[in-house]
Order: sequence, then structure tokens, then C-alpha cells
Amino acid sequence: MSSPKADTARTDAPARVSRRNFLKQSAGATGGLVLGFHLPLMGQQALAQGAAAANTPPEINAWVVIQPDDRVVIRIARSEMGQGTLTGLAQLVAEELECDWAKVATEYPTPGQNLKRERVWGDFSTGGSRGIRQSQDYVRKGGAAARIALIQAAADGWKVPAGECTVSKGVITHAASKRSTTYGKVAVAASKLAPAKDITLKPAKDWKLAGKRLARLDTVDKTTGKQVYGMDLKLPGMLNAAMVDCPIFGGKVKSFDEAAAMKRPGVKKVVRLGDSGVAVIADTWWRAKTALDAMNVQWDGGSNASANSAAFAQVLAEALESTDAAVGNDVGNAVSAIDNAARRIEAVYSYPHQNHACMETMNATVKWTSERCEVWLPTQNGEAALAAAAEAAGLKPAQCEVYKIHLGGGFGRRGATDYVRKAVAIAKEMPGVPIKMIWSREEDMAQGRFHPVTQCKLVAGLDDKGEITGLHMRIAGQSILATVNPQMIKDGKDPVVFQGLNPPGPEASIGYTFPAMRIDYAMRNPHVPAGFWRGVNLNQNAIYLECFIDEIAHATGQDPLALRRKLMKAHPKHLAVLNAAAERAGYDKPAPAGVFRGLAQTMGFGSYVAACAEVSVSKAGELKIHRIVAATNCGHAVNPQQIEAQVEGSFVYGLSAALFQECTVKDGRIEQSNFHDYPSLKLAQMPKVETVLVPTGDFWGGVGEPTIAVAAPAVLNAIFAATGKRIRELPLSKHKLAND
Amino acid sequence: MPTLNVNGKSLDYAADDGTPLLWVLREQLGLTGTKYGCGVAQCGACTVHIDGVPTRSCAVPAASVKAAQKITTIEGLSKDGTHPVQRAWQALDVPQCGFCQSGMIMAATALLKDKPTPTDADIDAAMTNICRCGTYNRVRAAIHVAAKEMAAAKSGGKMHSKAELGKSALNIEHVEGAKA
Repeated sequence: MSSPKADTARTDAPARVSRRNFLKQSAGATGGLVLGFHLPLMGQQALAQGAAAANTPPEINAWVVIQPDDRVVIRIARSEMGQGTLTGLAQLVAEELECDWAKVATEYPTPGQNLKRERVWGDFSTGGSRGIRQSQDYVRKGGAAARIALIQAAADGWKVPAGECTVSKGVITHAASKRSTTYGKVAVAASKLAPAKDITLKPAKDWKLAGKRLARLDTVDKTTGKQVYGMDLKLPGMLNAAMVDCPIFGGKVKSFDEAAAMKRPGVKKVVRLGDSGVAVIADTWWRAKTALDAMNVQWDGGSNASANSAAFAQVLAEALESTDAAVGNDVGNAVSAIDNAARRIEAVYSYPHQNHACMETMNATVKWTSERCEVWLPTQNGEAALAAAAEAAGLKPAQCEVYKIHLGGGFGRRGATDYVRKAVAIAKEMPGVPIKMIWSREEDMAQGRFHPVTQCKLVAGLDDKGEITGLHMRIAGQSILATVNPQMIKDGKDPVVFQGLNPPGPEASIGYTFPAMRIDYAMRNPHVPAGFWRGVNLNQNAIYLECFIDEIAHATGQDPLALRRKLMKAHPKHLAVLNAAAERAGYDKPAPAGVFRGLAQTMGFGSYVAACAEVSVSKAGELKIHRIVAATNCGHAVNPQQIEAQVEGSFVYGLSAALFQECTVKDGRIEQSNFHDYPSLKLAQMPKVETVLVPTGDFWGGVGEPTIAVAAPAVLNAIFAATGKRIRELPLSKHKLAND
Repeated sequence: MPTLNVNGKSLDYAADDGTPLLWVLREQLGLTGTKYGCGVAQCGACTVHIDGVPTRSCAVPAASVKAAQKITTIEGLSKDGTHPVQRAWQALDVPQCGFCQSGMIMAATALLKDKPTPTDADIDAAMTNICRCGTYNRVRAAIHVAAKEMAAAKSGGKMHSKAELGKSALNIEHVEGAKA
């Protein structure tokens, strides 16, 4: 997509479609869409009108607009936040459309348009690694339907059967009469045809664009500074806002020195946000932020003012033994199997709160009047943002609009709408004035929607030969749904908690068979709000199970790969990726001197993943991760080079979390405030990553998240192999690896 | 009125005492390619060159930069995105979300000026910017690609197209005419 450019031009007069005129038309058509980030994508006007008009580039259907010069605009409902879904979805549409890839551009339809057109673009939500796997069918059908209409229009013009026509790269040919035309020439006629009903999609073996290692469509602007993120937005007459909310969740504002802010240059207004927040609106953000700092806001912490992580850890430790657990996976009688076992192995693990720490802090730009509310927003969930904005604005959703902007990172944080509501509340204080709210990094750290905190007690019963007779996994801890969607919790059971541990099936199923197994969950929620954090509950569940399997292997003198192979016989897809990783790593041969290996595998977000990590630990206790081999079976690989990028990136996200990241609570508030005390993996610490793609072509899985879950356990298991130290409490930075 | 020399132009600006260079660039001069990520010189998203030295502009008061000092931002690296480092980034599809990449590219260009054929250890030491998406391995590969291209340019050797670079480095297919 091209970059937003603020432009106030407004006219209702239709005109020849040029870049500039398009802006004018869009503004007229939508009453406020004045941004050029849909440019040069002239489908936007048709979008706004709900159908192609005679003098606009024709919309063949909701997914495809063809311009007279044969340029193709493909509509993308999901958000691009770095994961490459924009390019992947365009590949899928273009594959069926049979257009010229060199002429493809993309645009985001808006959530308001989706509402108006009865959700013709389906779900906008971009999370759970669902971008491609859950929309691949209907977007491909959109491309195919457009192709069928375009060919039919050409055939009608020539008065020949459509079946005698062929198409390649947007050029339609009738060989018998030696005639040919292009998509651009028949687009208007095609837009008037009824959509095809019976659509057969191409088998993957016939793909020419999908499945290929194509370059992304959004790279160049990200290397020149031209890509406009929400934080960079500039609208005519726009003001800026900085805000602070009570860092003690549930607390209130006690006092602040409004006069100290108002006397500073450029400050327009000080705004109260409910009873817990304060914002300053100023001409520039830096002035708003420094004025906010000058107000010396004091807090009334309320009932959470003395909450702390150590006390909550004790709550979780007690919950590991409580009887109020909901069962997620139950095979045989694990309790009695363990009671009657010849030998027991037991371990307790824990996983901390973590902040998403997107590089671009939360922000939103809002223009509110009593009639209409418009939001310019980097969001993973445009429709939820529209609903939240409408509620906060006191308007109907039809009176509101959300214009999506590329995200400077999402990782789940931008699926939430807390910051959208706050931005709308601020903008309501100055009707008609666009106000850009940006959170400081410190505010972003304090007001996260955190990776849930959990502990896990694992107990295995073994017979006298060391074979596992029963496994009990008790998870105690925070439920994400309790923060995000409490009505989805039934009888104390948050189904998301069992990610990667579910019974056999297409989603997040466990890859082992035990004679008896019980996995249960005792919910305990702290006052800190939770959120979906890239990889979600698969992250800690894979650590718990994969490290414990490693513990059993070592305790019973078995090779960790051999034990897994024994337990995974009934789970061939899980086992195949593990074998692929082990094989590429050369697991059957010794590692280089001083280097030790660790394995992990899991299944989640529809895909099967495994990793083999190679590490060394110096005498001084310094960890070096030399190499990671990661295997993925995501069913269909739409753009292998971008899957590799996601796999590599997953190790940065997962290892940052495992090695360094923890948000601790003291006096009711998160202690970490910026990257100095919440470090992220850096280039010098990045291991070599070898990605092995083994797609089996019989399902559609996600790739943005699953690999994160194997990053930590593979490395932790390798650390044990290297040092004999079993790390059960994260992050690793809390532990010394040196033998002292 | 104070003046800054940015991307070859002498520009007047108005800002309060203590305003960091970053916010003058972004809010006074409209150069939003330089990003705010942390405000405390930790993440490097705000990296610009001051007289060729990579500098974290969030931690430098604008007033401390003299009018004669030459500031280069990502917008001034090349007119059309064709600096060898930018081309290498494009050829290897380095960016994911892209938010940190202006700073990465500015750090990389400064490194290559200092060390035209950097070792991996040189890259480790110079590239301390944070990327949450995890583009580090492609950043490293792109720096090596850019180094070779810059050396070839200097010695009058053969320059490669973006498609050739992408193909040889990561087997990425660049379709002629496509935006990427």
C-alpha cells in the first residue's frame, strides 16, 4: 500500500480519476476519508458507494477492482503488522484471478464499509495466526469469481462461449478467432454480471503465484521512511495528546497540578479520563508529554495498592494443590495410575507476566463530533475497534469509521481496544479537532494487556521399567478470557488455557499418548489485566510439557528424541516435524565439542512445529545459542520466504521472553518501564536459524505464532544438557548458569 | 530562529528548550521516517547521522546540534530509495512491521562507512537496535550484501539488480514491475 498523505481537498464533483482527484472523490463519497493510503488504489470510491459506478474503476466483486489500465486492486480485510499476510492473501486472490502480479496493488476496506455491506469481507480480526488459514477459501473464491466474470464479459463481447476462452496474466484470448483483450478493457462489463455460483478452486499443484517465494508488496516504503504508521499520521488542524492512566489497575487519580500544565507553551487542554486517567492536549506531542510530566499526578491505589508478584505466586502455588480445577484433557485414571506407580517424578514450573512491547507504542487519532466519530488506527481488529469507538463516542456504529493503518508491531496487543476508547474519550473533549493520542513507552509498559501468569505442577508415574503409566498436569493461573471475554468461561474452564494440550483434533492437540493422563486448571486471576500475547498459552504449555518430557527422559536414562518417538507413535504429524528437525540438525551424530542439543515440539494455531537448539554454556555461565533448526508443517505454504521470516522472528520473540522478559508487580503496579529493564533479544544474541518446511498440503495452518512456543523449551532442554541445570522458572536471567 | 542542517537543507525550527532532536525532526520538520520507540536511547528506532555518526536522536537536545553540523535522516539517505543498503534491504525483504527499520538502516550505513567489509563481529557490535519482529538474521545478511555491492561500485565492478540480489541471497522472487 502507498503511504498516507494528509489532504484536505474536498469536492463532490466527479472527475477523471487521478491520484489527486481520487482523494477528492473519496472525501466526497465518504464524508471524511481524506487519506491517501489507499492510493493509487482507485477502488476506494466504489467501495464507499457499495457498487461500481459508471465513471469509477469497476469493482468486479468485493475483493477485486480492475482499472482501465489493467492494474488490479486486491482488497485485504486482515491487518498487516509485519507478518506478511497482506502479500500472502494477495497471492491467493491473484492465483485464482490469473492476473499479472506486477500490476497488483492492495487496499484495506474499512470496518464501516464492511458493516454497511453486511460483512462482505468477513472477519477483520487478525490474531491467532488466522489471517490466511481462516480466509483462504473465500478470498480465493473471490479471485476465481472475478476471473470467471472477466472471461464471460470478453466472451459475451465476442459472442463466443466462455469455455473457448483462456486467460493468462490478465490477457484473455479466444484462440479460434485469434482475438485477445485485457482485464482492464472488459472490467466494466464484467462488473455488471451476476457472480458465478459454482466455483472450483485450483489444486495447489497448479499454483503459479501462491506457494512461491515472492517478494513482499510492502517492503520499499519501509526502507525509505515513507511508510506511515499511526504514530506518524498528520491531519489538518490536528492536535496531539499524551496521557497517563493509573498505574495501579483499579486505582484512581488523587490529584494533579492542572495549572502547571496549562501555563506551558502549546498546551490547549487538560482532560480527565474517567476517574483513573489524565491527558494533556497540545500542539505537539512533545509539549503534551512534558506538560503531563509537569502535573505531578498522584494516585489513589485503592484495594490493589499493596498487590505484588510474590504474594500472587503464593496464591498460584496453593492453587496447584486445590480441588477446584476444571479438566481439559482426561484419559484413563491418571490419579490412580500415579498413586500406584513404582516411581514418581514431579516438577513445578512458572511463567511470568510479560508485555508485548510493540516497537510502535499504542496510539490512535480520533476526530469526534456529536454526529460522527472517525478513528485512524493501527489495529488488529478493525471491527472490534469500530464497536469500541462507537460505544466510547456515544454514537451508533454506522456513524463511526475506522481507517486502518499498517501496524508497528501487534503481537496481540493491538487486538484490544482499551487504547481506542481512551483516544475517543480525549477527542470528545475537543469536538471537530483531530487528536492524535500517543502513549509514551512508559505508559505502554504500565498499561499492557499482559501475557498471563501461570504455574504448572507436573507429576508422572513410572512403572518399574521406567515406562510412564500416568501423567498429571495441573495448571494454576490467570485466564486471558477472564479479562477479554469472560462470558466464554464456563464452569471455571477457560478453553484457551489448554492450548497444545487438547485431545486429538485439528487445533492445539497434544502430541503424546499416555496410558493415563489428566490435565486440569485452577483459575486464579490477579488484578493485572491479561491479553492475547503472540503464541498465547501455547508458550508456557510447551515449556511445561516439553521440559518435563525431557526431565523424564533424563531421569529414566532415555534419549529425549527416542522417548518422544515412543510416545508419539499415534501422532504422525507431530512426529514428522520433530523428525524433520532432528534430521536436519544431524541429531544422530554428535554435536560439535562443547555444544549441546535440546528438542521441543508442539501443535497450535493449526500447525505442527518442532525445534532443535544447539547451545554452549561457558564456565562463567555465559549462554551462547549457536543454531536452531525449526521445522514447520502448516499444511499449505503460501509464501515460503515469508514463513521463514516468521519462524526466524518467532525465535526473537520467544527467546526474548525466555531469556529476559518479566513484568513484576510491586505496590500494585508493573515495575518495568522501558527497554532498559525489559530487555529484548539483540542481533548479537540471535542464533542462526534453519527453517525446514514440510507442508503436507492437506490442511491450512497458521505460522505467525506456533514456533514461538518451541523456542524456549528447546533452548532450556539444551541448557540442561550442557549444564545439568533445570530451569523451571522464567526468565532465564533470574538464574546463574555457572557452576559455583 | 535556530537552524538545523538536515539532509542538505538548512531548516529553521521553533522548539522549547530541551526538545529532543527526534521530536523536532518529526513534529517541526515533518520527517516522520525517524521513529520514537523508547525515548531513552535504548532501542535505536530514532537513529540518524550527525556528521556521519549514528546518533540516537531521542536523547539529543535539538539545541545542542550546531547549525553547521550535517544531519542525515532516512529520508535523506537517497532520493529514491536506491542507496545500496536500502536496495539490499529491499532485495532480501528485510522489514516485517518495518517500524525499527529506518534506525536499522541508518545504523547499517554508518557501519559500512566506517568498515566497508564488516565481519559478523563488527555487525554484532554496531547493530544494537531492537527489532521485536525479529529481522536480525536478514539484517545481517543484507549488510553483507550491501558491503559487496558497495565494494563492487567502488572498484567499477558489476552491480546486481534487486532481483539478482534477492535470488542469490534468499531465493526471493522479485517480479519485474511489482512494487516490491
